[in-house]
Amino acid sequence: MEKEEQFRYQVKTIYRIMVMVFSMVGLVTIAGIYLITDPTLSVFKETTETTPESLYVLNEEDEDKIENGIHLRTGLIEAEGLMEVVNNCTNCHSSKLVIQNRMNKERWIATIRWMQETQNLWDLGGNEEIIVNYLVTNYPPGKKGRREVLTNIEWYDLQE
Amino acid sequence: MERRDFVKKATLGVTAAIAGVHIVFADVMPKGYEPLLHQDPDPFKLFDKDKEMVVLNDKPWNIEAKAHLLDDRITPNKYMFVRNNGLIPENIDINSWTLTIDGESVKQKKTYTISDLKSKFKQYTYQLTLECGGNGRSEFDPPAKGNQWTVGAVSCAEWTGVRLRDVLEDAGIKDTAVYIGYHAADKHLSGDPDKEPISRGAPMRKALQDETLLAFKMNGEVIPLAHGYPLRLVAGGWPASVSGKWVNRISIRNKIHDGTKMTGTAYRVPCNPVAPGEKVKDEDMCIIESMPVKSLITYPKSGAIINKGKKLKIRGHAWAGELEVAKMEYSIDFGSTWIECSVEKPANRLAWQHFSATIDFPEKGYYEVWARATDTKGASQPMILPGWNPKGYLNNACHRIAVKVK
Repeated sequence: MEKEEQFRYQVKTIYRIMVMVFSMVGLVTIAGIYLITDPTLSVFKETTETTPESLYVLNEEDEDKIENGIHLRTGLIEAEGLMEVVNNCTNCHSSKLVIQNRMNKERWIATIRWMQETQNLWDLGGNEEIIVNYLVTNYPPGKKGRREVLTNIEWYDLQE
Repeated sequence: MERRDFVKKATLGVTAAIAGVHIVFADVMPKGYEPLLHQDPDPFKLFDKDKEMVVLNDKPWNIEAKAHLLDDRITPNKYMFVRNNGLIPENIDINSWTLTIDGESVKQKKTYTISDLKSKFKQYTYQLTLECGGNGRSEFDPPAKGNQWTVGAVSCAEWTGVRLRDVLEDAGIKDTAVYIGYHAADKHLSGDPDKEPISRGAPMRKALQDETLLAFKMNGEVIPLAHGYPLRLVAGGWPASVSGKWVNRISIRNKIHDGTKMTGTAYRVPCNPVAPGEKVKDEDMCIIESMPVKSLITYPKSGAIINKGKKLKIRGHAWAGELEVAKMEYSIDFGSTWIECSVEKPANRLAWQHFSATIDFPEKGYYEVWARATDTKGASQPMILPGWNPKGYLNNACHRIAVKVK
């Protein structure tokens, strides 16, 4: 009796494994056939865009999202002229280069001329004034003197 | 469960790649340019850098260290600054990489593979200090244009390669030779294939020095991609822009090399001193050669709090461009008094030197420890900013850390 039950148990186990293997093979085959006919998975396009996991994917609406006065995608300050700066000044180099720098009107214009003469920057037309105004208003030079005091010191107990 | 996760992730990835990202100006984007969003956006993983490194710019990549990260005697890759002018070349095949020696003053134009270089010429290993000409730019007033480096655009790694001199002499140098200029595989930011992001060089006397290498190893391993794999020119003690990365051609010129960032105001300072903010004509700007004397306190990290009566050990590195550091001092009273401390001899010429000291603080309170190096010609680091220059180069003002005694 015991042997018979054991045999039955073994058969059941093998049966379960077989079912699993066949369904796996089946699934892979279906997925494979599907991928051949639709390699870009375009059918899932709309559905995945609404799932929470895909929220980090920038879509057109998020792209120019502003939070606390900062244009998230570039880190630039939200103010008049922002989009002109984004569209003309972040194609070749990062917005980080703009944000790091502090110049007056004359030197921002000189920088634009240099980029036009040597770096393939296009004629900015009427946008030039808007861009320069944005830059001098939002990123003006501050006085640093000949040596600044140490700031943002993170104090810690030195263990030795 | 695993399978489901995998399918979910894969679907998401593919969807993100094909559908999610809207690219402004896709129509004017240069062909072959891969938008940043499609590259791995994590520079720390991408370049194997420590998380504490500071990204100044992500297009092109410019990343600097902080003083306390540079504590190692030989800088490991994870703490080495990255200064790029263009886009890092892609799909490099070390086996098909070649270096061509050409120019007006080469006797015979010659091309070498990396294995030619390795088998034909003797190999040398040196510790070489590389500092960006604009290291410390952020402190200038009026501010200077460019990446706002603080203190961390300096490194001293161990470079292995062949002497540039041996290779140049193998091709043959005419008497008319004045300068060498490098050309490399990095791409211009605008995508224009006719533009070089940077093509600098050095006068023959620097090119022919023992320590000027065509390197294929950094710290005993192949050079990391961001630092010039598979072949890099290394000219220690001069602005690091002389040490061209991804080098595939070196021209022996019969005049001062006129490549990108050799002319105009790039890597130049006024030939004669100017007042802060003064305009300087291009013809009054002179090419930077040796970097000035400088030092960095790498231990402890600024902001240390210690108990009264406890001694503070400090240490760091000092370097002096083409020269050596002859004396090292520190001050805990804002320069009223200076105390000399020990500084080691360099491992080889152009390597940075290590200093250390043990400090007693007289009272409780706020202190700054200032470090000052003096080179073999008697020049010391200034406590205030050195001479202002339009592009903000050569800031070798004393480094300091904050310390509190409680």
